[in-house]
Amino acid sequence: MTVKYTKDHEWIRVEGDTATVGVSDYAQHQLGDVVFVELPDVGRTLAQGKEAAVVESVKAASEVFAPASGEVTEVNADLEGEPAKVNSGAETDGWFFRMRLSNPAELDGLMDAAAYKDYVEGLQ
Amino acid sequence: MSMNSQGRPTGTGSADSAVPDTVTGNRGLQIEEPLIFEQDSPGRCGVDLPEVPAMNLRLGSVKPRTRIGLPGLAEPQVVRHYTRLSQKNYSIDTGLYPLGSCTMKHNPRLNEKAARLAGFADVHPLQPVSTVQGALELMDALAHWLKTLTGMPAVTLAPAAGAHGEMAGMMAIRAALEHRGEAGRTRVLVPESAHGTNPATAAALGFTVDPIPATPEGRVDLDAMKAKLGPDVAGIMLTNPNTCGLFERDVRAIADAVHEAGGYFYCDGANFNAIVGRVKPADLGIDAMHINLHKTFSTPHGGGGPGSGPVVFSDALAPFVPVPYVVHDAGGFRLVEDANGSTAFGRMKAFHGQMGMFIRALAYILSHGADGLWQAAGDAVLNANYVMARLKDVMTPSFEGPCMHECLFDDRFLKGSGVTTLDLAKALIDEGFHPMTMYFPLVVHGALLIEPTETESKAGIDQFVDALRALAQRAVSGDVAYFQGAPRLTPRRRLDETAAARKPVLRWTPPAEPALAAE
Amino acid sequence: MRYLPLTEADRHAMLAAVGVSSVEDLFRDVPSAARRSGPVEGLPNHAGELEVERQLAAMAGRNIPAGSVPSFLGAGAYRHHVPATVDHMVQRGEFLTAYTPYQPEISQGTLQVLFEFQTQVALLTGMDVANASMYDGATACAEAVMMANRITRRKKAVLSGGLHPHYRDTTKTDAHFIGFDVVAMPAAPKGGEDLMAQVDADTACVVVQNPDVFGHVRDYTALARMCQAKGALLIVVVTEALSLGLLTPPGEMGADIVAAEGQSLGNALSFGGPYVGLFAVKEKYVRQMPGRLCGQTVDADGRRGFVLTLSTREQHIRREKATSNICTNAGLCALAFSIHLSLLGEEGFTNLARLNHAKAVQLADRLSGVKGVEVLNDAFFNEFTVTLPRDAAEVVEELAKRRILGGVPASRLFAGELPEHLILAATETNTDSDMDALTKALAEVL
Repeated sequence: MTVKYTKDHEWIRVEGDTATVGVSDYAQHQLGDVVFVELPDVGRTLAQGKEAAVVESVKAASEVFAPASGEVTEVNADLEGEPAKVNSGAETDGWFFRMRLSNPAELDGLMDAAAYKDYVEGLQ
Repeated sequence: MSMNSQGRPTGTGSADSAVPDTVTGNRGLQIEEPLIFEQDSPGRCGVDLPEVPAMNLRLGSVKPRTRIGLPGLAEPQVVRHYTRLSQKNYSIDTGLYPLGSCTMKHNPRLNEKAARLAGFADVHPLQPVSTVQGALELMDALAHWLKTLTGMPAVTLAPAAGAHGEMAGMMAIRAALEHRGEAGRTRVLVPESAHGTNPATAAALGFTVDPIPATPEGRVDLDAMKAKLGPDVAGIMLTNPNTCGLFERDVRAIADAVHEAGGYFYCDGANFNAIVGRVKPADLGIDAMHINLHKTFSTPHGGGGPGSGPVVFSDALAPFVPVPYVVHDAGGFRLVEDANGSTAFGRMKAFHGQMGMFIRALAYILSHGADGLWQAAGDAVLNANYVMARLKDVMTPSFEGPCMHECLFDDRFLKGSGVTTLDLAKALIDEGFHPMTMYFPLVVHGALLIEPTETESKAGIDQFVDALRALAQRAVSGDVAYFQGAPRLTPRRRLDETAAARKPVLRWTPPAEPALAAE
Repeated sequence: MRYLPLTEADRHAMLAAVGVSSVEDLFRDVPSAARRSGPVEGLPNHAGELEVERQLAAMAGRNIPAGSVPSFLGAGAYRHHVPATVDHMVQRGEFLTAYTPYQPEISQGTLQVLFEFQTQVALLTGMDVANASMYDGATACAEAVMMANRITRRKKAVLSGGLHPHYRDTTKTDAHFIGFDVVAMPAAPKGGEDLMAQVDADTACVVVQNPDVFGHVRDYTALARMCQAKGALLIVVVTEALSLGLLTPPGEMGADIVAAEGQSLGNALSFGGPYVGLFAVKEKYVRQMPGRLCGQTVDADGRRGFVLTLSTREQHIRREKATSNICTNAGLCALAFSIHLSLLGEEGFTNLARLNHAKAVQLADRLSGVKGVEVLNDAFFNEFTVTLPRDAAEVVEELAKRRILGGVPASRLFAGELPEHLILAATETNTDSDMDALTKALAEVL
């Protein structure tokens, strides 16, 4: 089980051929209180780096980009009634959607946890 | 001598100053006022109507409706309700609004009197034109003032608000491009500092928005802009003076470059108050500019509207002006209402525009006249520079002066204090002022944009500046708790906007029914 | 100059504080070619109130106010009696001169009014939720169509031939520039359109008006079901808000969106503006709604309060991805609507609606007795259409010379069409002697 991060603060956890995607703890902190999440439809095809979802706080709406290409297999229905899960568990139960990867090699270009931690420190 | 044994005390009473709880929850003049729906007296009515005659309804297959669910109140209770609500509002009549880019100047009551003359207020838009020559004359007079002040040959009075005016300007540009057979020009250049309506309007009309960065001096980067020009560029949307309160020095070069590349220059006129009567926008090379009557020309904000957003046009865009418009010829005044068979790009709303706001704006314009407007712009710019001069040692101005009618600061002076721009603003509320524009423009961090306008006295500005100086110093000294708990003295303290957005409750529902909370 | 408080002494002191010798120095960034050397030439200088009043009163005097003569004009704007309280309350400075309520702690007056307004609009239209108002009914109609496009991800709107042509044309302007299709049915003064024949897999919505521009009233329950069976939304437009006091509301007929004009309540005719657009939807569509929304919440002390909410749909946040570019609502006009409706209440609003209907029935019966006049409507609220034996626009001009405002010729709205059709409205402000005058004059003119 590997977790990788993008420069746009998405994370992707791969288990077998399913990948789970969400936004990082740093991202939820920057956003503030999340009030709404717009998730993709199950079955939708995503392209790496293109918009996959939208996360809204009171004062801002941010696009969430797909960390890799593939097909959406499941979305986190809990987020509809409890968007606050993105704040309390951004990298655990605040996940956004699951997907089947079409090109796992795309993950090679992403950061591991240690590299992402350095990257975020560089931003502050 | 005889003694008045009914004498009452005239001193100030005991020194106890703690704010007591009250039985009603009211606090002196501040009344806790329920919703109108919570004050229903079934059967009560605040209007006396003639008796409804017995009749057979002529509604065909439509059934008359059953109960609506509106509350009934007598007139005194309705008056109390709205009076009490009004007392919870800040307003220009109360005090200064230092809101950058909003131009919250005094709203003269002569405007209100003029708008209520029966000959204006009680005129139906579709009366025969022969019976409304005075109304058309007023529209023509306003159009003449706007064209003369800007030096532009054409104008539309149709748009209902500033954003609607932006829509009109960009639609005219699209129409002109289509007319030239160049509909492929779909890219619009927009500075990063632009107001959100600019990219929203462009995107809504199918343009792609290409952002232009700012220079360290807070102005459009001319070279970066030129590099983005190409045969697919429809034009540029530029605010001048810009949202940092600065005049775009290169505006003429920008206009020439855009024109040479085959594009049009749309100017966002939100900041016209800095230059009205002193600068001729036509000489800056603009093709279209919207004017906010509720900013520059004193029509009241009314708690959020109505506004009015006329747009002036160059010769290049004049053929595409939307309907309706007033024509003055030998026969008098008439209205052109039908776009068919002409190059007018179409109609933008019902009827003829925000007539009530035209009357108010013209009353203001006639009151000021050319010399008054000259002075107003000068005083607006002087007031803003004075604010900048008195604050620059305790707050961080984002760019070097002089500024125009508004001055921009960022939150560098708050760094390390734990106090944010928002916290500072909330503390300013307790001092009796509406906060300045915050977090806009986006090109600096934690922006504070201050526009006093010309209708503030020097004493009023000094009081505002003194309060802001003291707050800035208190913030920097690290008194975070004071700021995070502000405001404390207002009818409501900070409100939970997160809860409002997560579980929106957008209407009252009668208690018997399950709550109609929208998702 | 009475609106400018700075004295020469003030200016002097302030220039010194700024460190420049004259105001002109502060304009140094403006290219000299664009700078004027003095006040604009050819425009008059400042004037006192007396002088300004004289000029404006002279212009106002060259209009015939609708209330000063028998007047039967409708077609999207209606003359009703507004109680004196309304205009006094809206002129309270804390309402009139307040800004948009972005700082809720000092705007609870405006915000509570908006919350009450939203509730009133939802109740009147029979819908789940309403916004804090739009510019007018026509722009509300166009925004409703665009919202239907977003929801259905389809791009075609079918517009009834009974829809007010200004509303139709406003929608068509947006269609052309924003990129969707409009099928505008021909003018339907006698009804009888087959709207469903135009509905296919590309149709996002069907737009009908009730009462329509010719005054016909209909039950659209069946149409709503048929549209929804095909995945399209039903949008119902209402230009006479008072009709909602007598007719089954669109929400009970199954409408998905209601776009309406609220001018009839609280707002003067004012030659066409400013008016107030009403916008109401089913609960499931709330996040797709354009315009401002006011929501209930609590403050730091746990007390109920109100805030603007769901702002992330709006232009100042979503920028390119906003649901609309709209920045203002109708503010003070919405307040006037709300105050008038609060004064009327359940009894007053329903009685006023019945009174209007009674007046129109009376007028229709009287006009049916005039030779050559044929009333087209079997069912109507306070407005109906007649055909005349001659050009209606000419008849209206002749009536105007007799100081009677005798309705709106359909050709004024449907350019070049329906020359003999005349649209007439009657409200509670029309008297028996008004109707006598119109009947007599029509008989003479025809």
